[in-house]
Amino acid sequence: MKKIFGGPAIVLDRSDINTDEIIPAKYLTEVTKEALKPYCLEDLKLEGFDAKGEKLKKARVIITRENFGCGSSREHAPWVFEVNDIHTVIAESYARIFRQNMFNCGMLAIELPKADIDALIAFEKEAKSDMDLQVKLQEQQLIARSNGREESFNFDISLFDKALVEAGGWVEYADARY
Amino acid sequence: MAQTTAEKIFAAHLRDEPFPGTKVLDLDRVLCHEITTPVAIADLEWRGKDRVYDNTKIKAVIDHVTPSKDSKTALQAKILRDWARRHDIKDFFDVGRNGVCHALFPEKGYVRPGFTVIMGDSHTCTHGAFGAFAAGVGTTDLEVGILKGVCAFREPKTIRINLTGSLQAGVYAKDVILFVIGQLGVNGATDRVLEFHGPVVEAMSMDARMTLCNMAIEAGGTCGICQPDMVTVDYLWPFIEDEFDSKQAALKEYRQWCADAEANYDNVLDFDVTELEPHVTYGYKPDCVKPVGEMAGTRIDQVYIGTCTNGRIEDLRQAAEILKGRKIADSLRGIVSPATPKIFQEALAEGLIQIFMEAGFCVTNPTCGACLGMSNGVLAEGEACASTSNRNFNGRMGKGGMVHLMSPATAAATAITGCITDARELK
Repeated sequence: MKKIFGGPAIVLDRSDINTDEIIPAKYLTEVTKEALKPYCLEDLKLEGFDAKGEKLKKARVIITRENFGCGSSREHAPWVFEVNDIHTVIAESYARIFRQNMFNCGMLAIELPKADIDALIAFEKEAKSDMDLQVKLQEQQLIARSNGREESFNFDISLFDKALVEAGGWVEYADARY
Repeated sequence: MAQTTAEKIFAAHLRDEPFPGTKVLDLDRVLCHEITTPVAIADLEWRGKDRVYDNTKIKAVIDHVTPSKDSKTALQAKILRDWARRHDIKDFFDVGRNGVCHALFPEKGYVRPGFTVIMGDSHTCTHGAFGAFAAGVGTTDLEVGILKGVCAFREPKTIRINLTGSLQAGVYAKDVILFVIGQLGVNGATDRVLEFHGPVVEAMSMDARMTLCNMAIEAGGTCGICQPDMVTVDYLWPFIEDEFDSKQAALKEYRQWCADAEANYDNVLDFDVTELEPHVTYGYKPDCVKPVGEMAGTRIDQVYIGTCTNGRIEDLRQAAEILKGRKIADSLRGIVSPATPKIFQEALAEGLIQIFMEAGFCVTNPTCGACLGMSNGVLAEGEACASTSNRNFNGRMGKGGMVHLMSPATAAATAITGCITDARELK
């Protein structure tokens, strides 16, 4: 099923956030995605971040730094985002498996250069209310909005990744083709 | 055109290239364990596609939490067990015959040079030690692998790592790979294959090569690859002797997967390891490494010897050599988990288990257990573990716990003194 992208954004201003921080291994004993819902980013230690706070609860987009999702292959990391309606992650770079898992689930792992991430984070800091991020997949454009302010960013996405998102994920894509 | 090992394997397995740079490969092996597979099985059932592409190419094991510790892990084991039976997957390893996947599957001879291998486990890169392309994947990739026998990858780029000189006594493959990760950084090899070359690798056993390749992912690497040679053939011989007239014939066949001399690399790194010291991690990332001397004296609460990195027979021998005739410090507890039943039996036969027990170690059944804080051996808040595993993330072995990664020899020496210790100073 095709996902909805964009919405209120939360900034996780640190590199190398790993899959144990996104979803600790002790929850890997669950056999449904829904059961993971309360544990999103539970072990992430980051100044100003509260895993049980309103900001994360409202978030539909994560903005972060380098090598996001490093470590384990657990797809529980994208799933815990999926069941919390976070279908878009924007980072300087990703660990390979996490990035592939996002697209395999029909979700977006968008890469932006450091300067754009800096600008997005600065925009969020200066915003008086929550920053809202619109994702225009066809135009490959992000539009950040807050209190009438607006800033846009262009992003690249490979044809294969786009095809996965449009198909709703790798199972749908592969099943139709192989 | 000259090719790297990964490029050769990709070319030989290419099913489809739906877009430039996206390679869909045919898979020789789809390996499964009870943590990441059950959701794939449930999804296939939900889609009405509960099928497997080839039940002889799929291998499965219960290894992360075994024997099951509670109702939830019992259910995970049951889902995998029932599925293996339903599809007549003969190579399924249940309690009593099970071991840590990346030690058990190689030991059974399932991975050969030139193979493509996926598993829903990031340390699948271990199997590249055989000259295979082996990658950790998520559950969706695993699900498609089970159903269709294919997996998509980006065109591989390769970093060639030449290890020259020779290792001093008391310095092991674990020290080499910790050092290399320290040099590359935790994302220094993202979307790259690490291809290991040089006399140091050639002199390594398959056990040591698996340790080397096991941690490629800790630098972000897709796979670690060693070049197949007579060491590879000797290891695999019991499984392939019917396929080849001689070991020489097998070697000739397998050498086709070796990288060409003129192959193009993304980067070439030369490390002379002659002066290399044993290495240990500090902090919460595997690239935070220091020579053991700089970490000496760090207080430790638990020593853990085992895992897919260092739970093989050579690892146990190296630790036992240090522990023989000694007792571990009263201030800590020691846990050793032989990685497979075969390794356990060898360790028994060689008297190693006796040495561990007399030293005061708890010997567990083969399991991943403590490495990821899922069962026997979880740390309490504020505790530190000297571990032969591969990952020192914050909370990895238990919330608020610190993990120092090291070789089995360093871990054994640390067990004796109660704080991080250079094993060479004990001898």
